[in-house]
Amino acid sequence: MISKFTALSAFVGLMFFSAPAVAQDHGHENTHHENTHDNDAHNNEAHGAEHHVEEAHSEGHGHGAFVPASDTEGRKAVVRETVEHHLADSYEFHIVGPVGFPLPVILFDNGLKVFSSAKFHHGESVAEVDGQYYVIHHSKIYKTDAEGNMLLDEAGHHIKPLDFSITKNVFMIMFMAVFMFFLFRGVAKTYKNSLVPSKAGRFLEPLIVLIRDEIAIPNIGEKHYKRYMSFLLTIFFFIWFLNLAGMTPLGVNVTGNIAVTVSLALMTFFITQFSGKKDYWMHIFWMPGVPVLLRPVLAVIELIGLVVKPFSLTIRLYANMLAGHVVIMSILGLIYIFASYTAAIPFTGLTLFLYVLELLVAALQAYIFTMLASLYFGAAVEEHDHH
Amino acid sequence: MDKLINDFSIGLFFWQSLVFLLLIFVLKRYAWKPILNAVNEREQSIEDALKEAEKARLEMQSLQESNEAILKEAREERERILKEARDMKNKMISEAKDAAATEADKAIVSAKAAIEAEKSAAIAELKNQAASLSIDVAEKILGQELSAENKQTAMIGKIIEDVKFN
Repeated sequence: MISKFTALSAFVGLMFFSAPAVAQDHGHENTHHENTHDNDAHNNEAHGAEHHVEEAHSEGHGHGAFVPASDTEGRKAVVRETVEHHLADSYEFHIVGPVGFPLPVILFDNGLKVFSSAKFHHGESVAEVDGQYYVIHHSKIYKTDAEGNMLLDEAGHHIKPLDFSITKNVFMIMFMAVFMFFLFRGVAKTYKNSLVPSKAGRFLEPLIVLIRDEIAIPNIGEKHYKRYMSFLLTIFFFIWFLNLAGMTPLGVNVTGNIAVTVSLALMTFFITQFSGKKDYWMHIFWMPGVPVLLRPVLAVIELIGLVVKPFSLTIRLYANMLAGHVVIMSILGLIYIFASYTAAIPFTGLTLFLYVLELLVAALQAYIFTMLASLYFGAAVEEHDHH
Repeated sequence: MDKLINDFSIGLFFWQSLVFLLLIFVLKRYAWKPILNAVNEREQSIEDALKEAEKARLEMQSLQESNEAILKEAREERERILKEARDMKNKMISEAKDAAATEADKAIVSAKAAIEAEKSAAIAELKNQAASLSIDVAEKILGQELSAENKQTAMIGKIIEDVKFN
């Protein structure tokens, strides 16, 4: 009973923490750009550098000016842009209000260029590096001329330099890797003194054993499962922890980013194919036990399945996490749109409910990803003896 | 879909793949292997301990059974010894009785014989004594009486006639 209450109050506390974070964002931005915002100017034509960058910024951040409560459409646009901004990757780590720190930008554009994102002044100005000019537009870096006009290539697309920057997401990935290293090395160290887990191990060991006994062994089999344990454990905790990091008010959206989920799914895909045994390939290209005429048809279907599997892994994790963030932030945004205390109470309650649901989803998606990966590994190493 | 492709960041993909692969290998070396080994080791030790306990239990049981068997055997042995002793006692008593009876019979027989012999001897002795007494008496009487010849002869005749050996 007491623990339930504690957990609940912790969630409530988190929500109160995260709601002002959004609000403060607005306040902070409002003081900066009250006079420069131009809500209707949505054309990509080159303006003056100053104006253009401001427009790019307002599109990206979506809270350029104070919008009166009567202007529902305007407020809706602000909420939409705020949500988009919070979901997008960023070149700086913004914590709350004015607190945050710039991250290194790494570009390959006529040679390696490394500089601090502070040069963009929160995306408001053109950064000049070794005679090249760059600007942040919609959370991406584009090449510009000295005045900040975006350069076009022959096909008429904006030119993006090859961007290997340590963005907020990259930073979070690295941070989580270091965190996981110290956490699990710490757990591993406690076993040196005694075989009974202590401290964090008491909580983490059952999960490790769960992945071994409920995911790896039933799906892969006693014989082969050991080879995949490192991957499965790493991917489970990595996804889960990053999902949870996404639930903090820091606005981290790593697992809701398609590049990250593609990477995770591709790794699963390659491990599956490289561990595929004779039986696995035979079941794909020459299915035993069906009429010979059907076998090529089945081979086509199986090959499609081969490609669909990593695709579904990618989209499942990406869409689930993204949707969770969007729903929670949109409902919080409704308070801003309705601008009344009567709206605040039910919507805060609803957000709290969805937040708890998202905490469940965070664990569930990590579990599902791990489960499916082990299922694919299991199919790859399975040996049939019935034919 | 276009937005999705446009949002796809090669840099993020690269860093994610690199960091994740490194993380797998580092964690494998410093965390998963030691943790899983420890867990396996512990499970093994628990299993062993359980097996050991079961073995000890079975041993205990067999020990108890053998104890009981020994106890039972001892009891039987005792019974047997007691019975033997009893039998022996009875036998000894009966033997003793028999022997005693035989001895007694023998003693009686010999006593009887002795008595008989003594009796005969006594009778003989008595007879002898009586004879000698008689002779003495007779001598004395004869000494006095047999002053006259005729009287002597009558007397002798009368005595001889009286004496009858029984």
